[in-house]
Amino acid sequence: MADTVQPWNAASLPGYAAAPVKKSGLQLFMRRRSTIALLMCMPLILIIGCLIVYPAFYSIYLSMLNKAQTRFIGLSNFTFLMSRDTFWMVVWQSTIFALSAVFFKALIGLITAHLVNNLPVKGQRKWRGMLLVPWVIPLALSTLGWWWMFDPTNSAFNYTLRSFGFDGIPWLSEPYWARFSVILVNVWFGAPFFLIMYLAALKSVPEQLYEAASIDGATAWQKFRHITLPMMHNIIAITVLFSMIVTFANFDIVQIMTAGGPRNMTHMFATYSFLLGIRSGDLPLGAATSLFMFPILAIAAVFILRGVRKRGREIG
Amino acid sequence: MASGTSRRTILKTAALASAAVITAPYVRGAYAAGSLALGCWDHWVPGANKALIKLCDEWGAKNKVDVHIDFITSQGEKDKLTAAAEAQAGTGHDIMSHRDWNIRIHQNVLEPLDDVVSALIKKYGAISPVAEYLAKSKGVWLGVPTAIGSQVKPCCSRLDLYKEHAGLDLKDMFPADESKYDKAKTDKWTWDLYLESAQKLHKAGFPVGLPMGQTSDAVDWVGGLFNAYGAVFIDAKDNIKVNSDQTRQAMEMARKIMEVSPPEVYAWDDAGNNRWLISGKGSNIMNPPSAWAVAKRDNPKVAEQCWTHPVPKGPKGRFVGQLPQFYGLWKFSKNKSAAKDLLLYISQKESIAQLVEASVGYDLPSFKTMYDLDTWKKVEPPVGTVYSYPPRGDEQTSMFGAPARSEVGAQMYNQAINTVMISKFTQGKEKLDDVIKWAEKELEGTLRA
Repeated sequence: MADTVQPWNAASLPGYAAAPVKKSGLQLFMRRRSTIALLMCMPLILIIGCLIVYPAFYSIYLSMLNKAQTRFIGLSNFTFLMSRDTFWMVVWQSTIFALSAVFFKALIGLITAHLVNNLPVKGQRKWRGMLLVPWVIPLALSTLGWWWMFDPTNSAFNYTLRSFGFDGIPWLSEPYWARFSVILVNVWFGAPFFLIMYLAALKSVPEQLYEAASIDGATAWQKFRHITLPMMHNIIAITVLFSMIVTFANFDIVQIMTAGGPRNMTHMFATYSFLLGIRSGDLPLGAATSLFMFPILAIAAVFILRGVRKRGREIG
Repeated sequence: MASGTSRRTILKTAALASAAVITAPYVRGAYAAGSLALGCWDHWVPGANKALIKLCDEWGAKNKVDVHIDFITSQGEKDKLTAAAEAQAGTGHDIMSHRDWNIRIHQNVLEPLDDVVSALIKKYGAISPVAEYLAKSKGVWLGVPTAIGSQVKPCCSRLDLYKEHAGLDLKDMFPADESKYDKAKTDKWTWDLYLESAQKLHKAGFPVGLPMGQTSDAVDWVGGLFNAYGAVFIDAKDNIKVNSDQTRQAMEMARKIMEVSPPEVYAWDDAGNNRWLISGKGSNIMNPPSAWAVAKRDNPKVAEQCWTHPVPKGPKGRFVGQLPQFYGLWKFSKNKSAAKDLLLYISQKESIAQLVEASVGYDLPSFKTMYDLDTWKKVEPPVGTVYSYPPRGDEQTSMFGAPARSEVGAQMYNQAINTVMISKFTQGKEKLDDVIKWAEKELEGTLRA
C-alpha cells in the first residue's frame, strides 16, 4: 500500500531543489490584515473626505473671507454676528429647540422602549416596526404632511378642534405656537431613534441583576434607578450627544414649516445660515453662522465621550 | 506560429490612415458650432417650458448648436442653490436663470451683456427701471431681462364682492382698455379707499388676504405700500432713512389693514394668498394671475368674478411690486458668442409673444412696448380679466430695497425687514419707535462691507 501513496509535497520529490521564495515588500504589505481593512474602508474614507471633511474645512475658510470673497478678514464675520440682536435670538432659539427636543425625544424613547421591552415577545416585533415608521419616512415628506395638518388657513387639527366646539390654534402664525409645532415634529421624527437604541440597551441588561434585586425586595423604581439607568448610562450619553448635534443642525423641519418666521422667531442656525448665505448672497457670513456652534458642540462631545470611555473602563 | 499581421503591415496601414485623415475634406457635423447648456427656472404653468424648448430648438437647428436645457424648480430655492454652487465651482451651465437679486449676488462671475441688452433697448425702447436696478452694475448689464417667470403683483379682486359689500365697480374703474381709463375714477383708488373697502369686506365675512410672512409676495406688496408713502429705508448713498414720518404713515396704514385681515397671514407663504382667493373666502389679493389661473381649474365660479387691476395709490404715487427674472452668462462659459446670440433670439418680441401665450399671460416682459400683446386682451373668464396685469395707467413698478446699493437691497429684501417691522408692530404689539429702532440696527448690518 505504501508505494501507492502519492507525495503531496513537491519539496519531497526526488530532485526537487527548493528555490528560495522572495516576497516583495509590496506583497507583504498587501497581505497584512490591516492593509486589506484599510483598502476596504477606502471608498467610505474617500466619501467622508470629499463630502464631509473637505466641505467642513472649506466652510471654515469661507467664514474668514469678506462678503465678496476677495479678502481674508480673520474672525470679523464672527464678531459681526455677535453684534447682531437677530443672531443672538437665533442662538437662543436653536438652544431652546435642541434642548427641549432632545429632552422629550429621550424621555419618550425611554418610556416607549420600556413598554415595548415588556411586551410579549410574539407581538413585540410588530410594535417595534410600527414605532419606527416616523424615523424611516423621508423627513421632507413627513414634514410636508405635518405642514398640511398645521396649515395656517385649512389646518386639519383646527378643523377637528372646531368640530368639537373649540377655537382653532394659530399653529404656525403665532411665534410661540410655531416654535412648539417645529419642536413637536422634531420629537415625533427623532423619538424612534432613541427608542431603538434604548431597547437594544435594555435587552443587554442581564436578567439575573433584576432577579437578585427582586429577591432583595427592590421596587420597580429602585430597579430602574439602580440597575437599568447605570447599565444604560453610556448609550444614553451617546444618543443624547448624537441627537444634540443633529438637532442643532436641523434644517428641513423649520425650512418647510415656517422658513424661520413669523418675525424670525423660529430660525435655527441652519435656516438662518441659508437665509444669509444663499438667499442674501453673503456666503462667508452664512458659513460663519453655521460654524458658530461647532466649538461648543465639539467641547461637549469631548467631555461626553471621555465620560463614556471612563465608564467603559470601569465596567471592563 | 507566424502572426498574420506584420509590423510592416501595421505601419503601412497607419500611414495610409493618417494621410486619409489629413487630406479628407472637413465635414460639418450636425452641431458644428458646439453646445450650450441652460439652467432655466421651471415654470409652474403646465406646458410653458415647451415654448422655451421650441424656441431654443429652432435657434439650435439654425445655428448648428446643440442646446440642452435643465429646468430647475424654485421650490426650496433649488435654482438659487444651483447658481450658488456653479458660481463657487466655476463650472456648470453656460446660461443660467436668475431670479430677483441673483444677478447682483453673482456679479463677479457674470459676463457683461451690454451688447445684447443695448440691441434690445434700441429696438424696443426703455426697459423697466426695476430690471435695470437689478441687472445693471457699475453701468454694465450683467443679465438679460426675460419674460419667463417675471411678474408684477397687482390687485386681483372679486368683482361681485366689491360691488355688493364695498359699493365699488372695479371693472368700470379699470376697464380692459387703457385708453378708457378715467383719471377721475382711477385716482379714487387710494390706500385709504382700499382700507375702507377692506373694513367693509371684513365685516361681510370676506376679508382681503395680504400676506405678512417673509416671502416675496409679502415683501413686494409691503414694498409698494412704503413707496406709495415715500418711505425710504436706505438711500443710494448708504444713509439710513427709515426713521421718518413717511415710514410711520405707511406703518399705520399697514396696522389698520392687518386689523381686518385673517390672523393667519403672518404664516402664509407665497401660495397662502392664492389659496385664500381660490377658496372663495377672500375678496382681494395682490398677486400675478396664477391665483386666477388655478381658480379657473379648481373653482371656476370664483375665477369668473376675478379682475386684475392696479394697486392703490398713495401720496407719492401708485407702486406695484415687480419681480423680474434674468438670464446670466457665466464667465466660465466656453461658447459665449453663441450664448449671446441665443439670448438675443429668445428676447425678440415674436419669441416673447410665444412665451407669454404659453404661460397664459403670467410671464411679463420688461419692455413696456411689449405690453400690447394679444394674450392679456383675450384671456378669460371674464374677458379682459388680466388686461391690467402689465402695469397700466399711472402704475409704476417698485422693488423693496431700492434705491440702496443693490448688494444692500438684496439683504433688506431677502431678510424681509419691511414685513418683519409690520409684524412686530401689529402682531407683536411692539411700540412703533422700538420697531423703527430695531429696523435701523438691522439696516446698519446690511451695510457691512
